[in-house]
Amino acid sequence: MKKEYPANGQTKILTLNDIKPGKRVVVRRHHSEGSVRQRLLDLGLMPNVSVLVLRAAPLNDPIALRLDATDVSLRRREAATIEVIEE
Amino acid sequence: MSKEIKVALAGQQNAGKSTLFNVLTGARQHVANYPGVTVDKKYGRYSFSGSSYLAVDLPGTYSLTSFSLEERVARDFLIKERPDVAVNVVDASNLRRSLQLTVQLLEMGLNSILALNMTDVAKARGIRIDVAGLARKLGLPVVETVGSKGTGRDDLRRVIGEKALVDHGDALAIDYEVLEPVIAEIEKAIGVVAQNWSLPTRWFALRLLELDSRAAALLKDVVSPGEAQTILQMAEDLAGDFLLREGISVSDHVVAMRDKYVRSVMDGVVEGGERAGESISNRIDRFVLNRWAAPLFLVLTVYLIYQISIVWGYELTNYTWPILAWFRELVSGFLPAAGFLEDPYIRSMGLWLVDSANTLLNYVPIFLILFALIAILEDSGYMARIAFILDKVLNRFGLHGQSTLPLILGGVFAGGCAVPGIMATKGIPDNRARMATIFAVPFMNCLAKVPLYTLLLGIFFVEDKSLMMFYISTMTVIFALLVSKLLTVTVLKGEETSPFVMELPAYHMPTVGGVMRRSLERTWIYVKKVGSIVAAVAVIVFTMLQFPGLSDQSVQQFEARGLEAIATFQKKMQGNRYAALASDDNIVPLVNYYTDFKRAKLNASGAESSLAVNDAFEKRNPEFFPLVKAPKGDKQARNAGKALKNLIGERKSIRREMKEERITNSFLGMIGRSIEPVTQYAGFNWKINVALLSSFAARESSVATLGVLFQQDEDQNATLEQRMGAETQAAGATALLAVSMILFFALYPPCLATTVMVKVQTGSYLWMMFAIVFPTILGLSVSSLVYTIGLAAGISGIDMMTIVYLSALALLIVVGFVSARREATSMRKQRANIGGTNANAAR
Repeated sequence: MKKEYPANGQTKILTLNDIKPGKRVVVRRHHSEGSVRQRLLDLGLMPNVSVLVLRAAPLNDPIALRLDATDVSLRRREAATIEVIEE
Repeated sequence: MSKEIKVALAGQQNAGKSTLFNVLTGARQHVANYPGVTVDKKYGRYSFSGSSYLAVDLPGTYSLTSFSLEERVARDFLIKERPDVAVNVVDASNLRRSLQLTVQLLEMGLNSILALNMTDVAKARGIRIDVAGLARKLGLPVVETVGSKGTGRDDLRRVIGEKALVDHGDALAIDYEVLEPVIAEIEKAIGVVAQNWSLPTRWFALRLLELDSRAAALLKDVVSPGEAQTILQMAEDLAGDFLLREGISVSDHVVAMRDKYVRSVMDGVVEGGERAGESISNRIDRFVLNRWAAPLFLVLTVYLIYQISIVWGYELTNYTWPILAWFRELVSGFLPAAGFLEDPYIRSMGLWLVDSANTLLNYVPIFLILFALIAILEDSGYMARIAFILDKVLNRFGLHGQSTLPLILGGVFAGGCAVPGIMATKGIPDNRARMATIFAVPFMNCLAKVPLYTLLLGIFFVEDKSLMMFYISTMTVIFALLVSKLLTVTVLKGEETSPFVMELPAYHMPTVGGVMRRSLERTWIYVKKVGSIVAAVAVIVFTMLQFPGLSDQSVQQFEARGLEAIATFQKKMQGNRYAALASDDNIVPLVNYYTDFKRAKLNASGAESSLAVNDAFEKRNPEFFPLVKAPKGDKQARNAGKALKNLIGERKSIRREMKEERITNSFLGMIGRSIEPVTQYAGFNWKINVALLSSFAARESSVATLGVLFQQDEDQNATLEQRMGAETQAAGATALLAVSMILFFALYPPCLATTVMVKVQTGSYLWMMFAIVFPTILGLSVSSLVYTIGLAAGISGIDMMTIVYLSALALLIVVGFVSARREATSMRKQRANIGGTNANAAR
């Protein structure tokens, strides 16, 4: 995993916030801490889980996701802390 | 077996735990398709084959960390009370997520049963579960249930009974792979100091390695501070080393390993269930959450709520009011009869209480409809969508998407009640937003504010009534948003926050029974809570309005006038055929007979019941009857009736003057006068002060008190609108005063019932005091500014209202804009930080 990032950290990191509706991605890691991180994990946003971005709210924030069998919504602020890779 | 068996129900939100609890215990508990209905623990008892059971419904939690209030409540219960059996309710249609909690319960060493709930939904989604296989792999009994249909109850009760008898084995120990040596090291350290530890040391070691703050506190309870310090330091060092060595934090690793275990359990046991194709919910969402359709749909929903519950509900009260009037008559009949001038205290107090209760009960039909509609919104799943749509706007002002329900209950545009509104804040997971919502809800248009608005608009804004009503109903939202923003960046700054992560449940059709039950429950809570408090306060306000009472001198004066009126009546009756009825002894019964008759006539609707009233009164006293209803052609009876009417008119005006003088001299009157120097800047004289003070008990009493204070003179059959208008306008008051009053009333502290609810929900008297003091200062400041500036600049009432409205709106837009900028900046920073962490991780 370490080798995928050049040491200067210049690569564009993809977060859940960058994903267009209709796309499916896989959770890589969390950049949040404490209760925020726990909440995201609780919802099923665990590393290696596949996520489908369903849609954005009418005002563009929050976004709706499909995880396994449930739909959850998440603010962009938190979505931006979840690193993902395209499937 | 005499000992009660303690059964805890634990499960994730929306797993149907509350429904299953009801099935298990037969209790009626509030159940909603809206995440987070249960925060408090609910208890229920049942017996099964000779043993008695105490079931405890724990708050729904996704896991058992200590990050949120619900989780702390649930975990503390499981740790401290050690239930005999833990029923883990899981959503069969979402096993992968549900089993994460199961693992945590098993790791705690709880004697568990798996209640595989919502198996019908799972089947419908094509999920096949090998129940026996699941039980074998997990090593615990698994019972299939469908809570919503009540199936599986006896199975569950039987398995609980069996499980309570067996000594369960060791706690589950899943393989944490590279973490194992670290766990062992901590376990050893704990084992040395804490021998009688009721929890598995392994569980405890893991929590310490995750740097769980509550676990640290628990440790301090059992071992000496020095030892605790050593162990905590050790855990911290080990966790730090682990992160460096493995490139992953202990807690991330724990989650990943648990998930791996869950997947291994599910492997070969659970099949199907990938959400292939488009579900119905998704198809509905495509329309309902469409960028353009969503606002329209939302406005339509709110409008429908308003139209059906408030407009039609009010019409319904026309039919229910006679019942309440009848009740008042009934009570009035039981109480001691009225005197000529002074009534017995027990009578006045009794009727005052009934009147207070009636104003409240009058809203019951409206609330039944309103709460039923809201229950439909919740159960259908649309309420969660409203939260999803509005979260961005609400969040900008310190609130939360889930603040929507409390605000709607509180009466956003339509009118509602802050008491159920504040109660509904329980479901908001973000504590700071929850607190902000608690203080924002009372600014909504509670139904009891409406009569005063109607009154003032009727006097001062006849032409601009609809514009004013629009201002009032939308301004409350503006104020609420501004206030919650203000509080969020000031007094609430230090409160805990958590992210907005909310489930969007699948749509389903609400059941008639479910909706009706919830509507009745909420209405009942309203009646109970508000009723008891309003009754208590009504007594206090009554006392403060009655005492110290009239001076002896004025009592004598009033009595003299009363005697004079009686003498006049008796003189007029001389020579009349009915003169005998005017004897001294007869005066009071005759007067009461007359007033009762008139009131009964007023309450009677239609010619038929009017005739019935005649009959009833003729029967009650055939001698008096000709005086209230003169027989055809009986001129003497008509004259006697006229004389009686005059006497009653005079009595009425004396009594009115007495009442006014009594209020003027009363404690509340004194307070009202003593604060006049402050309130004069807002244009309030002492009478208005008294009305506003008494409205603290219940808002609607403001209009009643104003009614008494702005009393009409004899024979002047003017409405309160006309009277208040005449008197205040004569005193130099203008529409400006009305604007000042309206603004104050909109911002004024919540009624007593609401403040008590604030105490319940915040758990602090300090916050309750804050909920009273802050709006008072705010309201008085705004009103004073408006009135003083308006008076000095000669601005008319409606113009002033427009100015205030537009300034508030402008402020709202500016604040919204500023916080949007801030949000964008912090998002950019966060982005940069993540880049940074990656660069670090890569090194």
